[in-house]
Amino acid sequence: MLQRVITSIVTLFLASIVVFVGVRLLPGDPALVLAGETADPAVVAAIREQFGLNQPIWIQYFNYVGQALQGNFGVSTRDRIPVAEILLQRLPITLELAGLAILVGVLIGLTAGIVSAVKRGSFADYAANVFGLIGLSVPHFWLGMLAILFFAINLQALPASGYVAFTEDPGENLRRMILPALVLGTGLSAVLMRQTRAALLGQLSADYVRTARSKGVSRNREVKHALRNSLTTVVTVLGLQLGALIGGAIITEQIFVIPGFGKLIIDAVSARNYPVLQGAVLVAVTGYVLVNLAVDIAYAYLNPRMRLAGGAR
Amino acid sequence: MSQKMITAKPKAASSTPRPRWQRVARRFARRPMAVTGLILVVGFVLFAILGPILLTDPNQQDFTAILQTPSFAHLLGTDDLGRDVFARIANGARVSLMAGVMSTALALIIGITIGLITGFYRGWVDVVVMRIVDVMLAFPFLIFAVGLAAILGASLTNVIIALAVSQVPEVIRIARGEAMAIREQEFVSGAVADGARDGTIMFRYIAPNAMSAFIVQATVAIPAAIIGESTLSFLGLGVQPPMSSWGIMLTSAQQYLAQAPYLALFPGIAIALTALGFNLLGDGLRDVLDPKETR
Repeated sequence: MLQRVITSIVTLFLASIVVFVGVRLLPGDPALVLAGETADPAVVAAIREQFGLNQPIWIQYFNYVGQALQGNFGVSTRDRIPVAEILLQRLPITLELAGLAILVGVLIGLTAGIVSAVKRGSFADYAANVFGLIGLSVPHFWLGMLAILFFAINLQALPASGYVAFTEDPGENLRRMILPALVLGTGLSAVLMRQTRAALLGQLSADYVRTARSKGVSRNREVKHALRNSLTTVVTVLGLQLGALIGGAIITEQIFVIPGFGKLIIDAVSARNYPVLQGAVLVAVTGYVLVNLAVDIAYAYLNPRMRLAGGAR
Repeated sequence: MSQKMITAKPKAASSTPRPRWQRVARRFARRPMAVTGLILVVGFVLFAILGPILLTDPNQQDFTAILQTPSFAHLLGTDDLGRDVFARIANGARVSLMAGVMSTALALIIGITIGLITGFYRGWVDVVVMRIVDVMLAFPFLIFAVGLAAILGASLTNVIIALAVSQVPEVIRIARGEAMAIREQEFVSGAVADGARDGTIMFRYIAPNAMSAFIVQATVAIPAAIIGESTLSFLGLGVQPPMSSWGIMLTSAQQYLAQAPYLALFPGIAIALTALGFNLLGDGLRDVLDPKETR
């Protein structure tokens, strides 16, 4: 487990270098962006000096990381607001969207996967499989457009876009988050359904379940035991799907005009707002790595054999 | 056991009367979902190749026929510039096919080569490559692809490169795993004893025997790349107008969602059916190529 933690720290360190170098490879001069295209060369030079852009890149990197570890990610080139402040504003919005999407995904995916495995070969199994395949094949942004078309334009039951903070108006917040969460959660539920079904079918045909069956254990109890042992797979898949969830959030926020982390990244790319882009990607990658580490720890907890083996991998 | 027996590749040493591919094809034909997937994929490929040749110019504008609903003259209607939606979808199919197949092929070539080398040699090469893979996997797929597309600039070639690079880590992991498992088998030890060079062992002995895993990975990666291309185009980081792509068509359809919903409907159906075809095909191939099924 300690080795896994060290690996995650090394990965984060290397990923921070990739982000830092990657942002500098983007077309355009950051100093020129800060000063404005028509700025005087002396002003551009002064900005380079002020932000340390004239220093060797490795010094710039260590300065940046040193500041970032203290919560200072620089200032936005668009409105000169500290990046950390912007990130703190946007992060809860995406976390809420992701949380609701996970709820939708787990509820639909886990239920459909269990029903599909327990009623193998039935109409429900067939329907769940078709749902799983369609869920994997439909792009988020199209699903979002269909949801807007049906629920917002045709039925006029839910708003098509926009965001209201939960603290401002909880009811309106949920009303506006239902469609995005459903759209984002559908892809997750398709993956979870397929993995839950496969894991549960594997457990239901395992020797210990057959032995229990021969001893007259009820079907419900049999499924309960098998399901408990399938949870490790589900937790792992959930962790691995976080990347897809972050990617999906970028698109979903774009479609439903939600001012979250995903929209922030895309807007920062188009506006060449390097400090914001750098900070947002760094925080997203850190979150992704840390959640996967947490999943590995949860995996070790759920699977005692991993604990005995002394590692989570 | 004779030297010849030891060094023979398992594919050549098969004792069953029917070749493996025939057994696989028979098992595949018995799966309606897999066959449906194959039909969808073949249909998509034919549409991408023949559509742009047989249909009208996808960029031909007709300002007397703007936002027309589907009719005999325009099977799937026209867009805001009077362009034929069916012709644009056919042209978009070609873009999607190129992005999906070429990025996956590129990812497989790079990933398999690196994966086989690391899995075969292990040691420090493996440690270094796997650290790089870990770092690449630390980036969510779309963030990585968006970042690369932004660095490289918006064009079809750059989208293909961005999608290929984003897929490489997963292919490396698969190829490495296969190489590590197959190199322990007797026929590889036989080849080593026979004095075969490392390159020969990796690409003539290990790679052909890992082909099933690579084919399945390709069928999973192609739909992901097709969706990836349309997503990047939708975000303005993919192919650029006037070139038609399913993603670009959906971006412009957003403005006319209430007025002309069919503009959003048909390109989306095209993406979903194509991805569904590849997913069904991939599921079918995974089942029939599974060694447990072969027994």
